[in-house]
Amino acid sequence: MTDQQAHIPHQSLGSRMVDGIRRFAGSDLLYSFVRQPVVVVAFLITVIFILAAIFAPLVAPHDPFNPASLSLMDSFFPPSWVEGGDARFLLGTDNQGRDIFSTIIYGARISLMVGFAAVVFSIALGVLVGLISGFVGGWFDALLMRFADIQLTIPGLLIALLVDGIARTALPSDMREEIAIYVVIFAIGISNWPQYARVARSGAMSEKVKDYVASARIIGTPSWVILLRHVLPNILGPVLVLGTIGLALAITSEATLSFLGVGVPPTTPSLGTLIRIGNDFLFSGEWWITLFPSGALVVLVLAVNLLGDWLRDALNPKLR
Amino acid sequence: MSALLEVKNLSVEIPTRRHLLVPVDDVSFDIAPGEILGVVGESGAGKSLTGAAVIGLLEPPGRIGGGEIRLEGKRIDNLKYRELRRIRGAAIGMIFQDPLTSLNPLYTIGRQLSETLRTHQPLSETAAKARAIELLDEVGIPAASERIGQYPHQFSGGMRQRVVIALALANNPKLIIADEPTTALDVSVQAQIINLLKRLAADNGAAIMLISHDMGVIAETCDRVAVMYAGRIVEIGAVRNVVQAPNHPYTQGLMASIPRLGKDDARLAHIKGSMPRPTDIPQGCAFHPRCPKRFEPCDQKRPELMKGDSSQAACWLLQREADQ
Amino acid sequence: MSDAPLLEVKNLSKIFDLTEAAWLAALTGRSRLLLPAVDGVSFSIPKGKTFGLVGESGSGKSTVARMTVGLMQPSNGSITFDGKPVSAPGGGRGIGRGRLQMIFQDPFASLNPRWRVVDIIGEALLRKGMRDSLARAKRAGELLDQVGLVAVDGEKFPHEFSGGQRQRISIARALASEPEFLVCDEPTSALDVSVQAQILNLMKDLQDELGLTYLFISHNLAVIAHVSDVVGVMYLGRLVEVAEKKQLFKAPQHPYTRMLLDAIPRLDMTTRERSHVVGEVANPMSRPPGCHYHPRCPFANKRCKSEDPKLKGAANFAAACHGVEEGRLPAWAAAAE
Repeated sequence: MTDQQAHIPHQSLGSRMVDGIRRFAGSDLLYSFVRQPVVVVAFLITVIFILAAIFAPLVAPHDPFNPASLSLMDSFFPPSWVEGGDARFLLGTDNQGRDIFSTIIYGARISLMVGFAAVVFSIALGVLVGLISGFVGGWFDALLMRFADIQLTIPGLLIALLVDGIARTALPSDMREEIAIYVVIFAIGISNWPQYARVARSGAMSEKVKDYVASARIIGTPSWVILLRHVLPNILGPVLVLGTIGLALAITSEATLSFLGVGVPPTTPSLGTLIRIGNDFLFSGEWWITLFPSGALVVLVLAVNLLGDWLRDALNPKLR
Repeated sequence: MSALLEVKNLSVEIPTRRHLLVPVDDVSFDIAPGEILGVVGESGAGKSLTGAAVIGLLEPPGRIGGGEIRLEGKRIDNLKYRELRRIRGAAIGMIFQDPLTSLNPLYTIGRQLSETLRTHQPLSETAAKARAIELLDEVGIPAASERIGQYPHQFSGGMRQRVVIALALANNPKLIIADEPTTALDVSVQAQIINLLKRLAADNGAAIMLISHDMGVIAETCDRVAVMYAGRIVEIGAVRNVVQAPNHPYTQGLMASIPRLGKDDARLAHIKGSMPRPTDIPQGCAFHPRCPKRFEPCDQKRPELMKGDSSQAACWLLQREADQ
Repeated sequence: MSDAPLLEVKNLSKIFDLTEAAWLAALTGRSRLLLPAVDGVSFSIPKGKTFGLVGESGSGKSTVARMTVGLMQPSNGSITFDGKPVSAPGGGRGIGRGRLQMIFQDPFASLNPRWRVVDIIGEALLRKGMRDSLARAKRAGELLDQVGLVAVDGEKFPHEFSGGQRQRISIARALASEPEFLVCDEPTSALDVSVQAQILNLMKDLQDELGLTYLFISHNLAVIAHVSDVVGVMYLGRLVEVAEKKQLFKAPQHPYTRMLLDAIPRLDMTTRERSHVVGEVANPMSRPPGCHYHPRCPFANKRCKSEDPKLKGAANFAAACHGVEEGRLPAWAAAAE
């Protein structure tokens, strides 16, 4: 062996990233992905939705929430290909003259944001509780897990409604509009954390007895470092899979809450709010106001769900 | 004496995304009635896959890539699933490493034994039960008539393995394939199971294919032994000869690396490196990169089994000796 | 003074509480389910020597290993290292950090699958106080070199190595702490024989080079015989015999040791009748009273069934057996190799 080999310096972060990308390109995950056209389509749809949501002001042909640009003269235009439609409004307009296509883009933005934030909140809370619970064990674990069990017996949506209701009555009325969206995020997030806690806990319990953890202890690694740097990365896989499926669930939950009128306010409508608004016009002939947002919601949720299912199967060695 | 089991040029293939793996490559051997053939090798040598191929239990996508397997002269490698199943409980018995996975935890030992018996033999329920007790007795389970109503978890590890052996013996098979039957057991129990297997082969005249990584177990139990390396048999012959005067450099290295009682060397002889993965088996003789005695044909041409002074070995050294 | 033992274990016991929901049992006064895994074990290891601990499943040998490095607290008794008590993992509080290290059986579970090898070894260096990451990488490379790998291997992940190579990485990580004492818990049991020989040779070389002291645990008598200076035999949590290696294998005293010696398959004897090998290790939850081995022992009498035997004998060999003490055991007829 040459001297050069014996004293190779630490690889730089950059070259490690290149290395990581190379690993991913040759991985079984990517292989199973490109072999399933349905999954590729679902992935593309999700990406399009996310990009459109991020760049909504650039993508949307109109700004539906700028009162200055709205005109009641434009209200109730049907989709452009239907007789009486206007070329400016691809999917028609609603009762206030807002472009449906643009409201869907902005609505998806709210829906995705609330969904993501709620899932991140659930994961953060659930993983924290589950990780500590599984690692510490004993009465601490028993207490937290019984609490999670009790919450799991109550339907998530009910809890979200309850939290939402409490927040609304507790908060001063002038603040309601402003923080309504955060209340929804909190309500959906808090209703879903036990699932993540359970997955994180069982992961932590099976990892903590492995010898690499024992070895880290003997070396003198502090417990919190073991928890964060050793155990956490090894339990994150199943949590992220659950999170992907949870995103679809959170988006539907938000839509349901908004449809029931307790979600995000109509001034910044999500897909659920749009569906509710449009619902009033369904029987008077203006079907496009509710149908297009509904379609968008179904496509988005389906795509995210398919991605989550694929990820779960692809990462599960038992099904390979 | 004609062979009971004949395996000719058997290969096993596993198609994967990037390669077609051949973890068992052109393996031939036979076993006579009443004989115990040991198949020894380190992990990845292909010994378990060879056993699985013989009984048609290769897990997909693994498949037999070529060759023939004959039981009493009749081909069994191309049978349909139903026929294969009939042969499997009746003509061939199986013993695996972990007795727990071979037994159904929900049924009593008696029920599992009588079901196995009645699937292949026209026996009444009482006759099957009587035979089951007889079998348990035969494999050395004390108070068999009482224990027959118990569940697998009520037996200790060694007793469980005895039950598995009783199951394998139930229909008086002509061939028993035992894959690492003592590996999960403590040494004291292992010794008892070895004695049992030897007695069964002697008493019932069954042929046994004993797959093990433990040369000691093989040496104590078998009549002949086949040493496998990277999917091929590199040496085959009478146990005494292979153990005491191995011809193949791999077998020599393997024997020298086993720590022994009473041999008080500071260092063990060892073979450098490790068994190649099935994805990159070297050209020529698969052992050549690790072989201390390699010479020019080794990395080019693959040696076939050749007659040595005490055994057959797949090594060019034998050819050279013969030529000289 | 070279005679003072580096590690001294005195009357060590470990009782596992297997009661489910212990807090509930405490509240209701339900009796607890206790498993004495280690029961009054004493031995000492001089510097630079190897003490081999051998036993079948349930003997408690791995529990002794884990207590020695501080991964578990003893229920009773003491472990002193270089005159100071072992109290925390790695002897963190009582003695200099990292002076005791451990090598584990399963080379797949003992390395974090998500970490690169250089980081795995580097962690031990960091805990030792090496803050500079470049210095750590350099040292990790040297350590890999020392255990027969190459420095560039540091950039790989554990799954890219074979079992034997992984065990080398484990050894490199243990060496990173500059230990004086290594606890080796079945370090070669998961390996193939040809690879086992490589690892055993490596450990021997490192012992000579660095003056290491080993507590070597195995179920394999031949491996123990190869590596040890002094051997302890455990059965159901108790040490039943301790002797210098030569003494033990030439003239084993305890009937259990004799049975173990009789049971190991020999390469050179293809037709041998085993006289003593009967029965199985009892369920640790219901160990027989008196000498735990008495139900399997051909020499057991009334005293063996009721009275616990104590470890008695000379300085270089001792056995816990009433039969040995009373001198009523036949002489050992060594099986000729």
